Amino acid sequence: MAVISIERMGLLSVFFVCLFFSSAFAVDRGNFKTCDQSAFCKRQRAFKPGQSPYRALLETLELSDSRLTLQLINDNNKVHLLLELYRLQGNMTRVKINELKPLKPRFEVPDVLIAEPPTEPLSVLSKDDNGVVLSLGAESQRLIVSARPFRLDIMEGPEVLLSLNSRGLLAFEHLRLRKDTQAQPEGAEVKESVDGDQQQDEGKKDEDEESNKEEDGLWEETFKSHTDTKPNGPTSISLDFSLPGVEHVYGIPEHADDLKLKTTDGGDPYRLYNLDVFQYELYNPMALYGSIPVMLAHNTQRTMGIFWLNAAETWVDISSNTAGKTVFGKMLDFVQGSSEKPQTDVRWISESGIIDVFIMLGPKPSDVFSQYASLTGTQSFPPLASLGYHQCRWNYNDQEDVKSVDQGFDQHDIPYDFIWLDIEHADGKRYFTWDPHKFSQPKEMLQGLMDKKRKMVAIVDPHIKVDSGYKIHNEITSKDFYVKNKDGGNYEGWCWPGNSGYPDFTNPEMRAWWASMFAYDQYEGSMENLFTWNDMNEPSVFNGPEVTMHKDALHGKWEHRDIHNMYGLYVQMATAEGQIQRSGGAERPFVLTRAFFAGSQRFGAVWTGDNAAEWDHLKISIPMCLSLGLVGVSFCGADVGGFFKNPSTELLVRWYQTGAYQPFFRAHAHLDTTRREPWLFGPENTALIREAVRQRYALLPYWYQLFFQAYRTGMPVMRPLWVDYPKDTATFTIDDEFLIGSDLLVHPVTEEGSRGVTAYLPGAGEVWYDVHTFQKHNGAQNLYIPVTLSSIPVFQRGGSIIPRKDRVRRSSACMENDPYTLYVALSPKKFAEGKLYIDDGHSFNYDTKKEFIHRSLTFANNALTSSNLCPDCNFLTSSWIEKVLILGASKPSKVVLKMNGKETPVDFEFDSSMSVLTLRKPGMNAGDDWTLLLQ
Amino acid sequence: LMFLGTPVEIQRPRGVPLTKKQFYEESKPFTCLDGSRTIPFDRVNDDYCDCKDGSDEPGTAACPNGSFHCTNAGYRPMFIPSSRINDGICDCCDTTDEYNSGAKCENTCKELGRKEREVLQKMAEITKEGFLLKQQLIEEAKKGQQEKQSKVTDMQENKKQLDEKVEALRTVKETAEQPEKEAKERHLKAWEEQKAAIRLEKDKAKMAETFLELDDNEDGFVSVSELQSHAELDPDADGTLTEIEAQGLMGGAEQVDTSTFESVWPKIKDKYHSEVSREEEPAPVETPPDEVKEPVVDNDSEPYPEDDISEEEDEDDEDEDDYHEDDDKVSAQPTIKTPEKTHEDEEAMPPYDADTQALIDAAQKARDDFEEAEKALREMDDQIRNIEKELSFDFGPDAEFTYLYSQCYELTTSEYIYRLCPFNRVSQKPKYGGSETNLGTWGSWSGPENNKYLLMKYEQGTGCWQGPNRSTTVKLTCGKETVVTSTSEPSRCEYLMEFTTPAVCQEPANIDPSPHDHVEL
Repeated sequence: MAVISIERMGLLSVFFVCLFFSSAFAVDRGNFKTCDQSAFCKRQRAFKPGQSPYRALLETLELSDSRLTLQLINDNNKVHLLLELYRLQGNMTRVKINELKPLKPRFEVPDVLIAEPPTEPLSVLSKDDNGVVLSLGAESQRLIVSARPFRLDIMEGPEVLLSLNSRGLLAFEHLRLRKDTQAQPEGAEVKESVDGDQQQDEGKKDEDEESNKEEDGLWEETFKSHTDTKPNGPTSISLDFSLPGVEHVYGIPEHADDLKLKTTDGGDPYRLYNLDVFQYELYNPMALYGSIPVMLAHNTQRTMGIFWLNAAETWVDISSNTAGKTVFGKMLDFVQGSSEKPQTDVRWISESGIIDVFIMLGPKPSDVFSQYASLTGTQSFPPLASLGYHQCRWNYNDQEDVKSVDQGFDQHDIPYDFIWLDIEHADGKRYFTWDPHKFSQPKEMLQGLMDKKRKMVAIVDPHIKVDSGYKIHNEITSKDFYVKNKDGGNYEGWCWPGNSGYPDFTNPEMRAWWASMFAYDQYEGSMENLFTWNDMNEPSVFNGPEVTMHKDALHGKWEHRDIHNMYGLYVQMATAEGQIQRSGGAERPFVLTRAFFAGSQRFGAVWTGDNAAEWDHLKISIPMCLSLGLVGVSFCGADVGGFFKNPSTELLVRWYQTGAYQPFFRAHAHLDTTRREPWLFGPENTALIREAVRQRYALLPYWYQLFFQAYRTGMPVMRPLWVDYPKDTATFTIDDEFLIGSDLLVHPVTEEGSRGVTAYLPGAGEVWYDVHTFQKHNGAQNLYIPVTLSSIPVFQRGGSIIPRKDRVRRSSACMENDPYTLYVALSPKKFAEGKLYIDDGHSFNYDTKKEFIHRSLTFANNALTSSNLCPDCNFLTSSWIEKVLILGASKPSKVVLKMNGKETPVDFEFDSSMSVLTLRKPGMNAGDDWTLLLQ
Repeated sequence: LMFLGTPVEIQRPRGVPLTKKQFYEESKPFTCLDGSRTIPFDRVNDDYCDCKDGSDEPGTAACPNGSFHCTNAGYRPMFIPSSRINDGICDCCDTTDEYNSGAKCENTCKELGRKEREVLQKMAEITKEGFLLKQQLIEEAKKGQQEKQSKVTDMQENKKQLDEKVEALRTVKETAEQPEKEAKERHLKAWEEQKAAIRLEKDKAKMAETFLELDDNEDGFVSVSELQSHAELDPDADGTLTEIEAQGLMGGAEQVDTSTFESVWPKIKDKYHSEVSREEEPAPVETPPDEVKEPVVDNDSEPYPEDDISEEEDEDDEDEDDYHEDDDKVSAQPTIKTPEKTHEDEEAMPPYDADTQALIDAAQKARDDFEEAEKALREMDDQIRNIEKELSFDFGPDAEFTYLYSQCYELTTSEYIYRLCPFNRVSQKPKYGGSETNLGTWGSWSGPENNKYLLMKYEQGTGCWQGPNRSTTVKLTCGKETVVTSTSEPSRCEYLMEFTTPAVCQEPANIDPSPHDHVEL
């Protein structure tokens, strides 16, 4: 949480009042920079499209097997850049641009790519004075390097897929010595402002530069009371991308905004800079807690991705030649044939580092997901229990409170898997410790939960109380692991415990030490059912610029400026590693993080931070998690109920109904809110919430299998409709409903007092079945669904098979050996398929010993067959198939189970009103091969 | 499934309570208890849910809405949701819910039964004693209530008399004050006249004296030049008294004699500085310090009007400052208090003559008598109001909570001292210094419908930042002693206090607390 409780913070409060509470329940925009207030963004943005001053020096071209290098020169300042081009396996191109001879090395992001991406041979197809044409291998794809001005075009056949620097916005602020202290180096330097600036105003530039030097904030910048000393001077970079034929771009989370990215003309660019934003505002491009610099571009023909690997503050401008045109206007263009081709232009601006871009060429959405996964890894495969329901609050007061909440769930027969402890559980916010009065017997408490097969999460934030009586602080100090301030001392800032140090998580030794702190003998009171929550890891520094760390703080030789957006990733990485190590590598970790970066999906779950108990916040949870899913982070959720303020009962119920169908399902509440455990709102509402949570638990086998798939392939678990219906333009902007996997479509009710919702069911010629009534609906239609407070509109795709465990118990572990019910939803062609995944639910044995069951379930030709997808896998389950429901079936005369060469009849019932055939207790083990024949 | 166990164990499908045994007959098809369908008996407890109401699977987890009955011999029987059968967690003390999960459950029914009996016994003792105490409380409260009731009646009677007395005394007072006022006015007027005469005499004397002073050459005339030596008389304040100006003062004459000086004197007397330094020289008009303070004093006192002051029937036309300066009773000697701010001190007013003084004394006595009677009336009113307020509280059906009124009970925790003053307020004070926080003032009884006297609600305490006003719910349980046993803050700024009192002890229904499980044994 980000909010400061005045009453608890004592002396600090006056300061925080000024900082945070100037207006109630809305972000104080004044605390955060606009592009105009961020010197490099302002400089770069002032630079308008035009002819690029950069020229490719073709004579410097060198081609090794898979790497092409070429020098670029800025004709204005004669600074040479080095361009590197790689063709990567899996239909990707990597473009790197750095200074040829920087005064000192520029930062290149480590630890995000899972490995050096494997390359494929590049070959030169032709070359002349104007440029070079390279073959990208398959599908007549070519990469064209134009020399003067420099630009790159990726083509497939006659079509340009994507162009770089086509608008001439490549700008590379080279490292330089400060003029007032140093003579010009090597005569290389001609000017000081953004390279290439003079295209607009020749002649004027020299005087402008001189006079603008300080204003531009090249060597120093002040925001509010904070001065950023910039010992390296200006270092920003920028590059533009043009996407012909593209009208829809997505991604670059985290923003509280619609799924489809908007054009930024006339406003601020989308900002990527991990910040602890107090009471964030919806529908704007302001930065939030995490940053993933990946954008997806989609049209009916192709899906592509741009991955801008840079961890510094980044701004993304989007413009479009069709934005603002009405549908009618577009139609008119089409009819009159006067239309220019729709095009989206994107420009990335970062404060430091180098240009390192991965162009993911798709062409299918699933290709882009696997391409991106091949670079940064897939979603970690979570313990099954973490897909259950999580009960959190700031704070459960003491052990007694934990116990009574735990009992409350049993009394009201609501399942849950995790109960969470926020910052008050620790002794004076000294993480890894327990409040000696309120949580004096943590093991007793954890054992109590373990006896019920439940688990706990306790928060461990990265700010460390500066206190010589605190072991963690003393060890970090003695090992010299703290981030340093610009003068070389330990960087200190205010956070929950008061004055705090910030461990340098970029240091692998520091991370190894941090991980070792999770060992059972180090983290006193911890047990194997205790997991971790990393909050405030942007990092949040209450008295820092924009509530975060000073950019001139130092992580070894790199400035915080260079690594800012990946600090949070490192915190979660080290924490997850600690959890793995404590079990000797046997058990899967579970770590929730608020800050994240590209690659964070490998370390656990993410939530959307400190939202509010408002209907709009419920709505925005959908696009926020969809955007994250598109760029690798499948394990996403929003605080159910809303963090700040008290939800109305209706909102709370609706939020449970929505959250039950989102990947990370956790209720959370601010310290100052009234209690809202699910049973506190009268028996009817308790029943509604219970039903929502039970639906979640019944579907856990499906969720688990989807996470296994996400882990294997990078396919998002929660998806926008267009991912599965890429040619259906009606789906391109939908973000009030979503798919879970390919087979469940959810349209949550997110309007107060709603009496009905209109859901779009995609897929011409397909059918969808209401999962509650089994009523069949045709695809490619807008369906009006009347709703009551108990309604959760969910549809199963005709053609799919979903395994459920309908015996919902008090926690997921209690359901381990329960039988499955198969929901077979037939397509109009009487076909269906699905998968079943089973393992122990918590260990790495699925990976290290292939201990899992993975089965393909297929219904075709009136036979439902289970076949083994992993013959060399080895796992035994006692779960069996208790029931099969076939939706859209006709009545058979006989049903026979074929197994081990034997045939046995199976009882069945047929409901002709909904065409549902129920097979009674076929009884085979879930891991066996079998066929059910409908005769 | 069915084995003959101990002779007392009655055969029936797993999870079926004895009361429903007759519905499960092995020889007949089973009809779901909701009548929805009939199935062969071998589908009862076959781990597949056939009945919508779950009644065919009383002993398995197959039905989502089923329930399982454990006999729990030695303790008390209970129902658990079917979902807790074979989930690896021991729910029934007789271990019957975990017959196939591998969970190692121990039969704890005997131990639980013993403990429960102990607790029940203890509770019964407490209830019994508490209930006796409650009877006393009720009796005392009834007595107290009656006493108070009759006291109020008596007091109301007394009050009537007092009312009359006050009215009578008011008449006496007003009758006595009229002649007093007239006599005082007469006296004052005489004194004013006397003062005027004296002032005139003084002025004349001073004029003569001045003439002599001015007449430097002692020729019996004051000349222009002699007057010019007194520059302070300069009418245009340019610092010098010119000849013409002096002449002007002297009415155009070159010189004046004593009698003509009389017409000059009024023009110069205010400015004239005596050549001899004299103590009674009038200082240039200087505001008395209390006059400067006056508005301040006034402002201060305004928001706090004192009843005493308004009571004063002081009709003298006195200045307000005096009126307020005297928070105490106005002195009986008004002579001293007559203000004459702008004049030099006069001689004190002569004492009243005997007749006047007699009138004043008589009036003062009438006033004192009246005020005393009125004060007594007010006190009486207060007392009646207090008792009536107390009587108006809902102290329970038998007034058993009366004894809590105007009491306070404290509980000290590691951080705070909590204080419950029933029917008044709840507060919290940091143990080691700091100011008290109001956790709510008496609101209402707010227990469940069947017994609202089990919860007290205290509301509208000190406000919370960005939150509600603090409030406290006090949960009352039967106990021999009246004690606050615990406090907590389950929700921010919403406190919960546990409080034991004999006043909620119910009449023990059954003295023998043994469990009703004979049938099962």
